Amino acid sequence: MENFKTDFEKVLKNNNLSEKEVAFKNLNAKEFSSHGFPNRKDEDWKFSDINQIIKKEIGELNFYNEQLKKSEIDKDILLNEIEHNKLFFINGQLVHIDFNSEDKGKIEFLDNQNNIDEQLADNSLINLNNALSNKSYKLLVKKNYQIKKPLIIYHTTNSELTSQNINFKINFELEENSSLKLIDLVKDKGNKNFINIFYNFSLEKNSILKNYKIDQFENDNIRYMFNNIKQSSNSVSETFYLSKGSTFSKNEIFCDLKGEHSSAFVNGIFSLNKSKHHEIKAKINHLVENTKSYQLVKSVLENKSRSVYQGKIYVDSKAQKTDGYQLSKAILVDETTEFNAKPELEIYADDVKCSHGSASGSLDENSIFYLMSRGLSYKEARELLINGFLVEVINQITDEPIKKLIKNLYGLKNEY
Amino acid sequence: MREKELEKLKDYKYGFSTDIENFKAPKGLNEDVIKFISNIKKEPKWLLDWRLKAYNRVKVLKEPNWQKPKYPKIDYQDLYYYSAPKSFKEKPNSLDELDPKLIETYNKLGIPLNEQKRLNGIAVDAVFDSVSVATTFKDTLTEKGIIFCSISEAIQKHPDLVKKYLGSVIPITDHYFATLNSAVFTDGSFVYIPPGVRCPMELSTYFRINASDTGQFERTLIIADKGSYVSYLEGCTAPMRDENQLHAANVELIALDDAEIKYSTVQNWYPGDKDGKGGIYNFVTKRGLCKGKNSKISWTQVETGSAITWKYPSCILQGDNSVGEFYSIAITNNHQKADTGTKMIHLGKNTKSKIISKGISAGFSDMTYRGLVDISPKSSNSSNYTQCDSLLMGNKCGAHTIPYIKNKNANSNIAHEATTSKISDEQLHYCQQRGLNSEEAVSLIVNGFCKEVLQQLPMEFAVEAQKLVGISLEGSVG
Repeated sequence: MENFKTDFEKVLKNNNLSEKEVAFKNLNAKEFSSHGFPNRKDEDWKFSDINQIIKKEIGELNFYNEQLKKSEIDKDILLNEIEHNKLFFINGQLVHIDFNSEDKGKIEFLDNQNNIDEQLADNSLINLNNALSNKSYKLLVKKNYQIKKPLIIYHTTNSELTSQNINFKINFELEENSSLKLIDLVKDKGNKNFINIFYNFSLEKNSILKNYKIDQFENDNIRYMFNNIKQSSNSVSETFYLSKGSTFSKNEIFCDLKGEHSSAFVNGIFSLNKSKHHEIKAKINHLVENTKSYQLVKSVLENKSRSVYQGKIYVDSKAQKTDGYQLSKAILVDETTEFNAKPELEIYADDVKCSHGSASGSLDENSIFYLMSRGLSYKEARELLINGFLVEVINQITDEPIKKLIKNLYGLKNEY
Repeated sequence: MREKELEKLKDYKYGFSTDIENFKAPKGLNEDVIKFISNIKKEPKWLLDWRLKAYNRVKVLKEPNWQKPKYPKIDYQDLYYYSAPKSFKEKPNSLDELDPKLIETYNKLGIPLNEQKRLNGIAVDAVFDSVSVATTFKDTLTEKGIIFCSISEAIQKHPDLVKKYLGSVIPITDHYFATLNSAVFTDGSFVYIPPGVRCPMELSTYFRINASDTGQFERTLIIADKGSYVSYLEGCTAPMRDENQLHAANVELIALDDAEIKYSTVQNWYPGDKDGKGGIYNFVTKRGLCKGKNSKISWTQVETGSAITWKYPSCILQGDNSVGEFYSIAITNNHQKADTGTKMIHLGKNTKSKIISKGISAGFSDMTYRGLVDISPKSSNSSNYTQCDSLLMGNKCGAHTIPYIKNKNANSNIAHEATTSKISDEQLHYCQQRGLNSEEAVSLIVNGFCKEVLQQLPMEFAVEAQKLVGISLEGSVG
């Protein structure tokens, strides 16, 4: 924590901050210093002790993110399969903005927003983010505008970067009848950094948000991403996680269904090996009548890896006619893996349909035998079963070109 | 005034109190009180030392606070830790010497202590406040070599067995309430079934809290030796009082090779009145150890009483091929709260467990199922199946499901299912069309919902439990 104090001083000194911002940062810094990184005594971090993980994987962290020179964009990283808008982050610094395929004046991107929340968050990693991140960003999709091409946010780091803590925050506002397709693509070259990203989404009436987070490529960073979603009536949010590449990753989603007929879909894939430890934690709050949520998370675990799924459906006493569903399934491929789940229901209304299911176990030997008796090798049979198991989640994606892109990235052939 | 009380009794027919002179330890929790308890029970020194060790730990431990139902702080210094009818200063030798008032109390509760009157062959150990008052059918059991007596008696007569097993499943280093119990436990039942014996009748303990300001801390220890079988029942009631009373019992079960223990509870402590005043805090620690190969422990519980129920009857499946089962019905009404479930800890190979939990909440009540299934890396070829269903009646109550699932073994399977719903109008309509009134209809539907669990209870209890389910929900549908 010594590092944190001195680095925090630097943040205050080297940024041009208003008095209010300084006060807000101080408050958050105090909150973070008193709690530190969450550990397994916090119920939300019971299965993933990030304090231990940072200590073990990184050791001492640098909190002050010095931006000396502008980094060059590595052309290899760009996705060429699909036309898209771009936001390019290198080492937590926004270096490139491109909304060329969209109508002028329909999309606004602001990078000088005051970073002040009304309430102090009850989450020490968000406190950390608030204390250290500079001005926050804001993306506004104007009324009745449907985004034409998906927006890809590239999350990259340089190979020189190590033991660094990166924080940033983006607020997304979708006005009435608007829509946004957002892909978060992780492609890191730096190693052993702790990346802490906080997104706020505000969905007005009839708006549609599709967010696909792709952590496909090998890297040894520790990652925490928080999506905070507020939904008005008739809005739809779809969130998809491909959780594979990082050493440790925790994706958290907190979604308030505040308007009638709003719905939230959360789908996730864990495909882990090599001692990786990933978690998805979802909390969906049904606050009014006639709302719907659906969660589907599948894991395939190999070689000392471990996945955690914590899902919670909260139904307020006003939220009659809620439809809530959770399903988590895991295949433990070998002896050394571990799957932990805590699917929770907290229900205060009686006219609801809520259920959850969880199943975990080994690959079905009978199915393998069946496929082998039809001429497949053991390896092929195994692969076919695992891919078939996972593709069910990818098929939930409602955007066809992106579905195809993700299948490609994951290495699935089109016949699945 | 009298009428008012009678009115109250209608809701909870066990709510009367017995006017009997009590002999109590001084109020408060301290070393002297523990020595007092130990002394009055003429306990050997090792047990007193054990109690004091537990007490020293209680002093540094904190009460757990992660549970859903919160309760006002308990003043542990304002409780009596020992209370017995005065006539018990010297324990009566036979039923004839027993205070007639006590016999009358148990007759009123429907537990005739007089063996001759008992038709259905259930041996009963009756516990009144802090002491065991009578154990029936002793002779029949002794013939088979079965030991069924109060734990105080077992400490005197079978110290080796008690010393070997007491605290072996719930050690004194456990959580706050269990450790408190180890320090101050007063009485309870002790059962030992010798190798190869199948216990010929249901064994049963009946707990009754009578005195006010008393905590009841009983301790039950059941040992099933190799190849034996026992079915054990537990029932509980308490008078209606305005203050909350604490009940913190420990139950330890040990099943050796090929043994089977079936433990059934019908818990009907006083739940408090319609506004949530009074009632029992039922903070019980129940744990079974499947120590031997092919052993089996099965918990069945029907929880309808208590202001707050907070318990997790658990199975530690240590022996290879051992089996753990948990069947539960929990019903909360008015302002009752329950946080209950089970833990299945798989350690041995080829172990199996099954959890069926049915929760029903009505009125302003709140119900939580909380369970842990943990399959360790060595426990290969193990499996668990969990099903927990909740039924809600009205939108002032809550039903929650919090399962923890940990699978660390690739050859093991865990399946978990949970649903939450209400009684559909179609179901009600169908029953009412056929001439049932709405309460009968609800009772019928709820009994159907609970059927899987009710089937697990011994016959006599199943009938009683079915009625209890109906009574607990009376007035909840309007």
